Amino acid sequence: MYAYIAKRTLAVIPVMLVVALVVFLLLHLTPGDPAAVIAGDYARPEDIVRIRKQLGLDEPLYIQFSTWLWSVLRGDLGVSIFSNMPVSKLIGQRLEPTLALSVSTILFSVLIAVPMGVWAAWRSGTWVDRSIMVFAVLGFSVPVFVIGYVLIYVFSLKFGWFPVQGYKAIGDGFLPFLRSIALPTIALGVVYVALIARISRASMLEVLNEDYIRTARAKGQVERKVMMRHALKNAAVPIITIIGIGIALLIGGVVVTESVFNIPGLGRLTIDAVLRRDYPIIQGVILVFSAAYVIVNLLIDISYSFLDPRIRY
Amino acid sequence: MTLATDTIELPRRDSRRVRIRKYCRRHPTVPFGLGVLGVMIIISILGPYFTVDPLALSPFKRLKPPSGEFLFGTDMYGREVFARTLAGGRISLAVGISVALVSTVVGLAIGIVSGYVRALDAVVMRVMDGLMAIPGVLLAIALISLTSASISNVIIAITIPEVPRVVRLVRAVVLSIREQPYIQAAVSVGMPLPRILWKHVLPNTLAPLIVQATYICASAVIVEAILSFLGAGTPPEIPSWGNIMAEGRTYFQITPWIILFPGLFLAITVLAVNVLGDGLRDSLDPRIARRMR
Repeated sequence: MYAYIAKRTLAVIPVMLVVALVVFLLLHLTPGDPAAVIAGDYARPEDIVRIRKQLGLDEPLYIQFSTWLWSVLRGDLGVSIFSNMPVSKLIGQRLEPTLALSVSTILFSVLIAVPMGVWAAWRSGTWVDRSIMVFAVLGFSVPVFVIGYVLIYVFSLKFGWFPVQGYKAIGDGFLPFLRSIALPTIALGVVYVALIARISRASMLEVLNEDYIRTARAKGQVERKVMMRHALKNAAVPIITIIGIGIALLIGGVVVTESVFNIPGLGRLTIDAVLRRDYPIIQGVILVFSAAYVIVNLLIDISYSFLDPRIRY
Repeated sequence: MTLATDTIELPRRDSRRVRIRKYCRRHPTVPFGLGVLGVMIIISILGPYFTVDPLALSPFKRLKPPSGEFLFGTDMYGREVFARTLAGGRISLAVGISVALVSTVVGLAIGIVSGYVRALDAVVMRVMDGLMAIPGVLLAIALISLTSASISNVIIAITIPEVPRVVRLVRAVVLSIREQPYIQAAVSVGMPLPRILWKHVLPNTLAPLIVQATYICASAVIVEAILSFLGAGTPPEIPSWGNIMAEGRTYFQITPWIILFPGLFLAITVLAVNVLGDGLRDSLDPRIARRMR
């Protein structure tokens, strides 16, 4: 098993290398002088010269890449062009709200979606199953920000149950924090719930056809235990896989949700950077998000060998 | 001794119309999705000829709520949201369909080559793995932020993150096909490689590709809306559904209809495409369908 863990961990290195290469090359493959692109439409010539020097754009490409990669590996993501602050520091400042929103969304979605999928599979073919599946397709079809605005309109403006926008850190008290993060969590969670519920149902249906389920029922096992102990346990691997893959979806959604609810997280940092063409920040954020995604999926892959002793690579 | 052939009664093949009717009864989501999508396409193409100019400013009718005169209300410049929503459909649908087409064609080409040429395979797949590790919306945002905003750049930016998924799908099919006996037979009778790919490999990739293309189209419409909403998409003067909603943000508390109606149209369209995709998957790919049912 340790050989598998080591092998799987090493496989992350080429993936992250390609990510770094793509993030680095984006700036150089787009047509035009990168320094002029970053400086924007109203730049003076000396601005362009300054940016070119700051980014080391005069060097050959492979030297630029290796110097950049080396500093990234030491945790130096460069300096923001707009504010002259280190990108790693800017990201660190904005990490908490994004992390809080992501974790609460994952918890909320898994706690709702897995029971939904199990229920739909258990009652497959009935109206319960159909309505859950209709919800699952609907959840894929409405953009996060539309859901967000509908929630704000109904629950904040009409009923006044939640603050309209803004974020309260956990340090300011747990209840205000929960109130500020409730609607964003639901808005962001809808797609994720739909995705997980769909896969949970499919995975459960497959397992429910197995002989050992019939055996469990034949020996008079309580239906709840058949579902939880015999079926769900065996259906878990695809469900956990999709929770991990879905994080890519979640990251895209976080950027939008933070923008709708005015949450000062990494997503807002990204959008502000895009509007100002602050490229080092965009590079840094993409690297951090991609690394998070890759690492979570690595941990999930490793967890299989504990979850399902049959899996050996 | 007589040959028995003329006594064999072949089961009569249904006429085309009967077959279509049977198919629709078995997979009702396919005609439903196609129908709704068709209506949306027709509305978007023809609608703008019957409505007022979606760009016409009119200070006297600013921020009017939906009524008999202004079906979906007006926005902060007095433009009619109804006219803008119909015009927006053109852009959003065009982006969705273009992304689906371009990414399947590009992905198909890369996937077939990668599945057949061993030397390239490892490199191509590592690159694809890396691209897939970057969350799609972020990659699209980064691409847009570096280029000037235009519809074709938006299409490219949404396409690039979708390509690796198509490549993986095509490659998986190619790898399983190339070990089939009929490919060995084709090779042994001296069939040239391009002809093998065209005659035997390509047709096998079509069914899963069509299904994948519908899902890509649905997600591209949403991603376009997201990009425009964030101000990193279609140029603001062009009314796409995302842009209309983005402009509605400022006045959202007093004029929710500016976001609501384009959002509704978008949701119905994407829903139709998703439902169509599910139906096609069930009917074209019975193996996956059985697993999903």
